[in-house]
Amino acid sequence: MGALPPNITSWFDHRGWQVHPHQHALLDRAEEPAVLLIAPTGGGKTLAGFLPTLAALADGAHTGLHTLYISPLKALAADIRRNLGTPIAEIGLPIRVEDRTGDTSATQKKRQRADPPHILLTTPESLALLLSYEDAPRMFAGLRRVIVDEIHALAESKRGDQLMLALARLQTFCPGLRRVGLSATVEDPGAIARFLALHPDPCEIVYADPGPEPDISMLETGERPPWSGGGGRYAIPAVLEAVKQHRTTLIFHNTRAQAEIFFHELWLANDESLPIGIHHGSLAREQRERVEGAMAAGDLRAIVCTGSLDLGIDWGDVDLVIQVGAPKNVKRLVQRIGRANHRYNAPSKALLVPANRFEVVECVAALEAVKARDLDGEPRGRGPRDVLCQHILIAACAGPFGADDLYAEVIRAGAYARLTRAEFDACLDFVATGGYALRAYDRWQRLKQRPDGLWELRDPRAATRIRMNLGTIQDTDTLKVRLKNRMGGKPLGEVEEAFAATLTPGDTFLIGGQVVRYEGLREMTVEVTRRADKPPKIATFMGTKFATSTQLSARILRMFQQESWPELPGHTGEWLGLQRRFSKLPEADRLLIESFPHDGRLHTCVYGFAGRNAMQTLGLLVTARMDEMGLAPMGFVSTDYAVLIWGLEILEDPAPLFAADDLRKTFETWLAGNAVMKRTFRAVATIAGLLERNIPTSARKSGRQATFSSDILYDTLAKYDPDHLLMQITREEALRGLVDFGRIEEMLARTEGRIDHVVLDRLTPLAAPLFLEPGRVPVQGGATERILAEAADRIIAEAGLAS
Amino acid sequence: MNTCEITLRGVRLRPLASGALFWDEPELLCLSDLHLGKSDRIARRTGTLMPPYETRDALMRIEADLAATGARTVICLGDSFDDLAAAQSLDEDERLWLARLQAGRRWIWIEGNHDPGPVDLGGTHLAELRQGPLTFRHIAEPGARGEVSGHYHPKARIVARGRQISRACFLFDAERLILPAYGTYTGGLIWTAPELRGLLGREARAALVGEPLHVLPVPAA
Repeated sequence: MGALPPNITSWFDHRGWQVHPHQHALLDRAEEPAVLLIAPTGGGKTLAGFLPTLAALADGAHTGLHTLYISPLKALAADIRRNLGTPIAEIGLPIRVEDRTGDTSATQKKRQRADPPHILLTTPESLALLLSYEDAPRMFAGLRRVIVDEIHALAESKRGDQLMLALARLQTFCPGLRRVGLSATVEDPGAIARFLALHPDPCEIVYADPGPEPDISMLETGERPPWSGGGGRYAIPAVLEAVKQHRTTLIFHNTRAQAEIFFHELWLANDESLPIGIHHGSLAREQRERVEGAMAAGDLRAIVCTGSLDLGIDWGDVDLVIQVGAPKNVKRLVQRIGRANHRYNAPSKALLVPANRFEVVECVAALEAVKARDLDGEPRGRGPRDVLCQHILIAACAGPFGADDLYAEVIRAGAYARLTRAEFDACLDFVATGGYALRAYDRWQRLKQRPDGLWELRDPRAATRIRMNLGTIQDTDTLKVRLKNRMGGKPLGEVEEAFAATLTPGDTFLIGGQVVRYEGLREMTVEVTRRADKPPKIATFMGTKFATSTQLSARILRMFQQESWPELPGHTGEWLGLQRRFSKLPEADRLLIESFPHDGRLHTCVYGFAGRNAMQTLGLLVTARMDEMGLAPMGFVSTDYAVLIWGLEILEDPAPLFAADDLRKTFETWLAGNAVMKRTFRAVATIAGLLERNIPTSARKSGRQATFSSDILYDTLAKYDPDHLLMQITREEALRGLVDFGRIEEMLARTEGRIDHVVLDRLTPLAAPLFLEPGRVPVQGGATERILAEAADRIIAEAGLAS
Repeated sequence: MNTCEITLRGVRLRPLASGALFWDEPELLCLSDLHLGKSDRIARRTGTLMPPYETRDALMRIEADLAATGARTVICLGDSFDDLAAAQSLDEDERLWLARLQAGRRWIWIEGNHDPGPVDLGGTHLAELRQGPLTFRHIAEPGARGEVSGHYHPKARIVARGRQISRACFLFDAERLILPAYGTYTGGLIWTAPELRGLLGREARAALVGEPLHVLPVPAA
């Protein structure tokens, strides 16, 4: 190995291409059990992954499947099939390449199982499904290599855990399987390598030339950024100017709602009608494909987008990336910047647009981190057990299995290497019997143990339903939006169900850059028309709201300790100076709390710097504790760095509020009734196989009263079985994600009770922007009952009835 | 305890916060759609193993309602069991608990579409029951007068202040009353569904389950 066959070499020569050093490196390591390639986008990364396969298959001697390619995106699999097609056809290689995703036809899928191609391109979910069939060992016989593309992205979610469990399974059928991971720049390549390799195999890391330093700066605008908010509207003229000066610009936003508003405003100012499109995950597939097509054809000058363009298709001609809003996370910023100038050895060009005064500080901190190549990221947690439960179900669908064998296999996936046998057994018990403490299913176990000790499905017909519900991607509660007309209507995208519930006919909202009018709900579809006669509401879309990373927050706190800030624009430096004069600037190892009256209410501002999700949770917990202490909090608002609470009573001594043990206890109680926890539970229960997203048509009941909400299951377990496996997993997840109690713990550990309580007679410069922040949360002292009572009175009064 | 009252054919009925209905003078407690043993039926039919606690949860709430009202007659208004096999699935503790609740009371199982036959759990099994001017049956009949029924699991939905609140509810007009589902593992049919709207007059009202009970007119659609 290591050398390319002459026909491939001459094809490279013919094209005038050189084999890159990292492509050579992968050829040289073709027989290593695992190799991780870290390369910037556009560095010929995918070809590097495939070259050893092409070389091995060039002589036509191999029959059956040789290489499995896994990508997080269906579109990427299709793209790679086209891209591989060119060299294979031009060189005349005897290689068959096919993709297999949710979009592949049933006939094609069936044929692939009987007669697999040499190279199969697929997704983690389609692979999991393949492994649930009895004939999987036959289909994968002879498989030599697996290529995991964009592994840095897969490693961030449960899809990656599911994939690695599947690969551990595959390795049992094909002991000589070699693994290759392709990754963008990450903060901890070693962690990705351990995630990729079969435990405890070594995994060598190959670094491609990272290319020249990016050309990255903060956008100069005539306007000062506003005090708060996240839109970046003030920068529209400057952004349009930058778009004019470049060939193609990607304009990234942190949320879909902000992308929609910005796009709308951009078009209002787009006097020259530059072709500009919008792309985000809540738009209908047809809409997104149209924009992608126009982009590929070079018809667009700019795309306003979100994380939906973080991965995937190479847009060769992008020469500028604009990030609107603080980047929140340096690693993602670097990956986004890499989307400009994919041509190898051209510097990427990027502009940061802080959306408000505080974000100016965050952008400067991020710029310094990029220069210092100081990337951030949360350490990868242990493999989640809900994914393991699903994996056990998949194994059972494929046929009887032994618990010892499956455990031995599972702990060879890096993320599960430290899973104890007791933990594994608890997962198996949950899958087999439900794992309930107070009452057992004996007759209707899902899995039962045969006399020979192997486990199998009690009812083999259950396999169909299990297969219908494979995967770890969670559907959010969204409703489709369609234009209303006789032909069924053009799909525009989707909005959150909760948002749709607040609409009344005649309301307007923004979607895909257009203002549409809500006409009504028909069979779970929001019907709209193009009559924009009212100012639009802001649709809420699911999608992650990123929190500023721990590392970036620490960098900001370090900046605060400087004597002066020559690197900041004058207005921002002056603002920090004023804060220092009137109060204090927050420090990393102390917790700054300010209390002051404003507008007839007493305010307390806590500078926790724990990221937006944790600060939101902190707001809920601290107000709950204040309520107990009779301090009558009325509401709060949170950002990535602080939470501002208002109420009727002055806070004399904040120390008891932040006593770690009491805070943890409040957290436990609060968790029980919390909506975010219920949402987390629903996701966990769905992945673990307790809830079904999809039900066979034959089993669907007509009346909707037949289904009940998963919240009832959460409440029931909380009451009767609080230590049930699914409750344990749900609590574990609360430490991360939307609840993010882990970051509160981190804040408590770093400040260790060192509280600076500054009492003032007026608000402070650093607290002032919080007063303009949207997303105020009223404290729920029975608020739901109050709203209900109000609504009842109002409706009764309107109906002319006496109460 | 709340003081909300519904008058049907001159009979004054009291909806309770739990979703049960109480008639003072005969000391009669009526519960509908308990769906006991639902987790067993789901396990049997789909393989999914729900927390098997819905039966004890319902029994606990019935016990509390009995203690609070001192009811001497209990009417379970159909769909008391998720199916007849589910009735068999109750474990020994649950059977004894139910027997304790039945002791010294008249206990009537009205048959429902889920449980169309008698069960071996004590009490009387009836297709429907007439008591005074009222008829108790599982599914409302068009044109009936003075009727108390269940079956539909009605729930109210209100949007106020940008928030959506859903609650199980009693629906009633001058001639009939439809009970919410009492069972723990039950969903609901929205109060404006045509099936429900077609049964009730234009002046229909809803009493939303909870403490306190809120009474609202039912919106048209």
